[in-house]
Order: sequence, then C-alpha cells, then structure tokens
Amino acid sequence: MPQNYVPIFIFIAFIGILIPVTLLAAKLVRPDNPSKSKLMPYECGIDPVDSSRGRYTVRYYIVAILFVVFDVETIFLFPWAVQFKALGVFGLIEMLIFLLILVVGYIWIWKKGALEWV
Amino acid sequence: MQERGRDDLTSVGGPVLSAVEGTRALLRNNALNITTFIIVSLIKTVLALFVLLTAVAYTVWLERKVVGHMQNRWGPTRVGPFGLLQPLADGVKFLFKEDLTPPHVYKPLYIAAPMIAVIFALTSIAVIPVGNSITLGSLHIPLQITDVNIGLLIILGVTSLGVYGVALAGWSSNSKYSLLGGLRASAQMISYEISLGLSLVGVLMLTGSFSLRDIVDTQGGTFWGFIPRWNIFYGGQFIAFFIYLISAYAETNRIPFDLPEAETELVAGYHTEYSAMKFAMFFMAEYANMITVAAVASLLFLGGWHGPVVGPPILRALLPVFWFVLRIFGFLFVYIWVRGTLPRFRYDQLMAFGWKFLLPLAIANLLVTALVVALRA
Repeated sequence: MPQNYVPIFIFIAFIGILIPVTLLAAKLVRPDNPSKSKLMPYECGIDPVDSSRGRYTVRYYIVAILFVVFDVETIFLFPWAVQFKALGVFGLIEMLIFLLILVVGYIWIWKKGALEWV
Repeated sequence: MQERGRDDLTSVGGPVLSAVEGTRALLRNNALNITTFIIVSLIKTVLALFVLLTAVAYTVWLERKVVGHMQNRWGPTRVGPFGLLQPLADGVKFLFKEDLTPPHVYKPLYIAAPMIAVIFALTSIAVIPVGNSITLGSLHIPLQITDVNIGLLIILGVTSLGVYGVALAGWSSNSKYSLLGGLRASAQMISYEISLGLSLVGVLMLTGSFSLRDIVDTQGGTFWGFIPRWNIFYGGQFIAFFIYLISAYAETNRIPFDLPEAETELVAGYHTEYSAMKFAMFFMAEYANMITVAAVASLLFLGGWHGPVVGPPILRALLPVFWFVLRIFGFLFVYIWVRGTLPRFRYDQLMAFGWKFLLPLAIANLLVTALVVALRA
C-alpha cells in the first residue's frame, strides 16, 4: 500500500528537525573559549607538517570501481530472488548464465592483480 | 505469491512517487482518518526514537561493563547502582562540553557529516517490526512504524547512505588522520557491503518477499517437531548467516575490523577533529547501526519474535517483543565479546578477506541455495 511510505517521511522529518535542534541547544549552554593551540589540526601534539590534502594510494579508486560492478550485480539478484519460485527453471538458468559471466570477470580481475593490496 | 511479487517490483521504482500517491489516496478519504493516521505515526515515531536512543545509551553501558569484566575490571560503578546512570551523565557531559570547530575545516560539510551519519543510522528503525500487533478499542496497531513491502531494501539503502557521513567527515576535517580514516572506512564499508547483500539473497529466495513481517511470518513452527523453523537452519543459510555476521562487523567498523578508528595508529580516524555533541552523533550512529544490524539478523535468520507465548492476552502481545529484544541483546553481547577477544586485522588482510574469501563464498552459497530451492519446488 503506497500510503505506508508516509510514516517513513514523517520519521525522517522528525529526526531531521530533532538533530539540528540538539546541536543548537548544545550551542546555547556550552562554554566557548578557543585558543590557538586548541584549534590546531590534531597530530598528537606535534606541529603539523605539509598539507593534509596530500596524495593517497590509487587502490581506493580501484576498490570503488569494483564495488560499483558487484553492487549492481547484487541489485539485479534481489528482484530475481524474490520471484525465484515463480520464474522456475527458466529463471534459474538465466541467472546461472548471468553469474557465469560475472565469475569470469571476477577471475580476470583477480589474475590482473586488482584485488592485491600492496 | 506472484501478485505480491509484481507489487514489489513496481514499488521498487519509486517510493517517493508512491508516497505522493499515498498522500493523495489519504486525502480522498475523510479528514478524520488522516488525522488518526498521522497522530498514530507520530506517536509511534516518538516512542520508537525514545526506545532506540535509550537502547543506544545502554548498549554503550553494556559494552563498557562487559569489556570491563572481561579484562578483570569493574567498568562504570560510580554513577548510580552498577553505574546504571552513567549514560545519563555522559549525555549531560556531551551537551556541556566545549565544541571546537577548527578554522582549517570545510565548514558546511564538517557540520553536515555527523548529522547525515546519525539521521540515516536512525532511519532504518522506521521499517523494523518488533512484534505482532495490539488492539486498542477499534484501532488495530501493528508494532512497527510502518509495514512497507520493500522493508529490507529500505534498510539496505539507508544503511549504505551512512557511508557518506563517514567519507565527508574524513575529507572535510582537513586533517591527515581524518582523511586516512575516512578513506579506509569508505573502502571497507563498500567492500563488505557486497558480501552482506549477497548473503541476504538466499533468505529472499526462501521467502519470496522483501517485507520483514512476511519474512518473520514464514519462520513460525518447527522442523520435525523440535528444531525451530528459523532460516538459519534452512538449507545453506547457516553459512549465509556467518557471512552476514562478519560483513556486519566490518560495516559497523567494529573490532576486528575497526581500522577506520584504530586508536593506536589513527587516533579515532574520521572523527579525530570532532568534539562534544558532534562527536556524540558519530557515536550514536555507530551504536544505532549495531542495533539495526542485530535486528535484521534476528528478523532474517533467527526467527524474529517467534518463541513460547503463554498467559493472558496482554502477555501474549508483549512476550514476542521480549523474545525479539532478547535476540537483539544476545547479538550485541556477541559483538562485545568479539571486541574483548580479537586483535585488529591489517588493512591488506582485511581487503583480501573481503574480496578473495567472503565474496566467492557468498556467490557459492547463493548458487547452492538456488539449486536446493529449485529441487524442492
């Protein structure tokens, strides 16, 4: 039933108001006397060197790309799984072919070394 | 069965659109119905939030107490009997602490990140059912804020939105520890999300519905009279449960997968630069996520609220809730137990474990379940 979705939006609206109000309320009661050393980026008491927007390893990008591939696959599997009994043998074979293509790709990226974290 | 499935598929497309249609359908009915509907939803919202936030606070207390005893300490004892008022004291302290916003942060995202994290962590409670239903006069109220037929999808959706809170916090803080923590957290959460999603597919095949209430309803009764008919005992779902368990630990950044926070190397990771109430929000988000994960595990694999029910009607209505809460706290206890026992993974081990072991295992388990279900049908 479509109107069942309404309470979810009521819920989100409620906490969407409650959380900022809590932050504002805290602002009214808490002390506020910052100093230079309090406001430094925290690096265990040592003066920070270099910008913190430095370079980081490309592995994170590869993980993100692989995630997109496999997550889309998972999304495809969900409606199939729900309709599994209704689709019968046809659905089973169809999904076996889909998974086979995916497993071939998985083996390929493994052989290419995309899963190694060096 | 088939009709409900088709309904599922069409509503996957646009919950927002459906909500608009739903509001229109409501407006077509008389005004009294709308007011009752909204008031009942609001009361449920407030109640559920109150219970959830209390549960979050006392999960923290439980964790400190249990880990304390595991390490030959007492845990909190000073505030109230057994330290039971500790969560209240913590809350007051969070409120009255100085909240530093360092000048080097990117302010809009820095402020938005904790709110994003906590809002999406709390939202999933909106679709989690906690028991059958109670009758008050002419009103028949299910013990759930709302029963949508794609409940599980909504939970998966909002919990994966939580990654934005973490990633944005790490980036906008403009600190090296935060950036590293945020990157690690995002990479880890998206890696384990795949295994998590795949481990649920088997349950969906057995049940044929996304509705959490339907999934629990199919788990009533017993096999051969003595084994409860929970999904964990069905086919290969035992393995699916363990895949879910491990991925859930990684999703919530808990030991042994707490690399994003790793106190000893990253000094708290993505929330290094946060203090006071904003820090409390990340804290609440983490524990709310743990409770959601525990609730989903109970609903999908451990039979939800099924259990022995006896006594007068009021007890019959409330006992299932008790069984459900018992399961959740059992699951949370295991969380804490694992924290007290295991050391932390190395990052390459974490990634290798997720991509090279859990993912193939999840796919294999899915295939086996498909064949088992096909053969039985």
